[in-house]
Amino acid sequence: MAPLSDLGDQTPSRMAFDAPLPLQSGASLRAYELVVETYGRPNADASNAVLVCHALNASHHVAGTYGGDAKTRGWWDNMVGPGKPVDTERYFVVGINNPGSCFGSTGPMSIDPATGQPWGSRFPVVTVEDWVDAQARVLDRLGIRRLAAVMGGSLGGMQALCWAIRHPQRVAHCVAIATAPNLSAQNIAFNEVARRAIITDPDFHGGDFYAHGVVPRQGLAMARMVGHITYLSDDAMASKFGRNLRNGELGYGFDVDFQIESYLRHQGEKFSGVFDANTYLLLTRALDYFDPAAAHGGDLTAALAPATARFLLASFTTDWRFAPERSREIVRALLANRREVSYAEIESPHGHDAFLMDEPHYHDMVRAYFDRIAHDLKLEDAR
Amino acid sequence: MMSDTSQPRRVTHDPRHAIIAARVPRGSRVLDLGCGDGALLAHLRDARGCSVQGVEIDPDKLVACARRDVDVLQLDLEQGLTMFADASFDVVLLIDSLPNLRHTEGALREAARVGRSGIVSFANFAYWRIRLRVARGRLPVTDELPYQWYDTPNLRVATHADFAGLAATCGLRVHEAFGVHAGREVHAWPNLRASEAMFVFSAG
Repeated sequence: MAPLSDLGDQTPSRMAFDAPLPLQSGASLRAYELVVETYGRPNADASNAVLVCHALNASHHVAGTYGGDAKTRGWWDNMVGPGKPVDTERYFVVGINNPGSCFGSTGPMSIDPATGQPWGSRFPVVTVEDWVDAQARVLDRLGIRRLAAVMGGSLGGMQALCWAIRHPQRVAHCVAIATAPNLSAQNIAFNEVARRAIITDPDFHGGDFYAHGVVPRQGLAMARMVGHITYLSDDAMASKFGRNLRNGELGYGFDVDFQIESYLRHQGEKFSGVFDANTYLLLTRALDYFDPAAAHGGDLTAALAPATARFLLASFTTDWRFAPERSREIVRALLANRREVSYAEIESPHGHDAFLMDEPHYHDMVRAYFDRIAHDLKLEDAR
Repeated sequence: MMSDTSQPRRVTHDPRHAIIAARVPRGSRVLDLGCGDGALLAHLRDARGCSVQGVEIDPDKLVACARRDVDVLQLDLEQGLTMFADASFDVVLLIDSLPNLRHTEGALREAARVGRSGIVSFANFAYWRIRLRVARGRLPVTDELPYQWYDTPNLRVATHADFAGLAATCGLRVHEAFGVHAGREVHAWPNLRASEAMFVFSAG
């Protein structure tokens, strides 16, 4: 049994925004709502705020549970909480569900006020920059002028980097984990396979499947299967599944023979029951488009020049989706700008997924770094 | 001093720190290659107002650096210092790091590329007590070389005189070459009288 979270049950809140959000595409998001969850308490000037940005499959629900159910624990519950590396006795932690996502914030499943129908495929393509701008408005409303830290892994790490570049005066520390300055061609290729699986599912209906009372479950499941393969390392898969057979013998057919097949199908099934297909398209596109160096002729050093935060970067040795070399590119560019940066390359067999696990050196490093932020900012412990 | 234990030295109380700090200009930008637990860098930051950057491969030491508020990068010195631009630091430190490296010459050349100046220190294998021990047919276990031959992390040993040769090969301008023993500088016969060697150089 998974233990309950130290944080206990949480209640997300909903914030409505009337001012349109201008988007990178040139379009704008008219009135929209965002779901927000917070942990710990802000101090007098909210200088102890930490924004945790979510990745592809996650949400505002960073930590804690709902309804006393251990299965509802937040996606980074091992990182955020009382006595955890990001200690909620000391920090005021904010999780925001990004626009375009499918966990309560305005997204493709929401009703487009202009048509009275769900947005579906007409929901505007949103970028990492758009998310950061939307998050900034949430912080305004929470009275947070400057973040003690912005933090995220994978796509969340991209948002953390973007924060440091786009709102340097509002970020004291940037913690970017298992991330990259942009996606490689191989990464975009995986995303494209996932998108094609969804779009070519007959139940997708050009994105308007809601009206047909169906969900492109096959396509979503395949997208998830492809994604899942890239989150695990070859070694992790070999040690977890090897060539183990589900029923002890070959079936001489094309149903599930190997355990890995069974596992992937299960993951795909589970995911397709809870995730929105249009959101999957949007989020993978946001990943593809993120490339702060592009506006500077590919010069990442120039792109990071405005950033004034102190940085902690971490990567994992067997992560081939966001390989250590990609994090080192960021470190190199920060050093060229004479920024203060620490970098840990964590030995782990778990591939990209390692950023969600409590690898000892990884959590020790994050804990030490957050202790130092508290020291830097002279934060009092709330206990 | 001879010792029969293989306990590693408490780096934190390394008496060389004051000797090194005296040779690092105030407010300079310092890179420590193989910075260990970051004690030296913390000292240079606090006592000399330096802006400091460490490089370390051992994850426990990396965490120790973070706890001291010393910025550190987990990199393998064997892979070169491609992360760093030419002359991007005022001072590069190689304290007890060179004997742990396979590509000693390459690492030294890289250090000289990245730093305008450098300080190298390591256990001097020509120290007279070590010579005596070797003459008796045994490899030494000392405060500076506290390991048995079969469990040492050092890939090689070197003498004060040997390093002078390598520095010349690499075209380094050596400004100071002396020994350190029991926390004191040894300027006369350092190759014989000092358990540790120290060199201050600038890139040719």
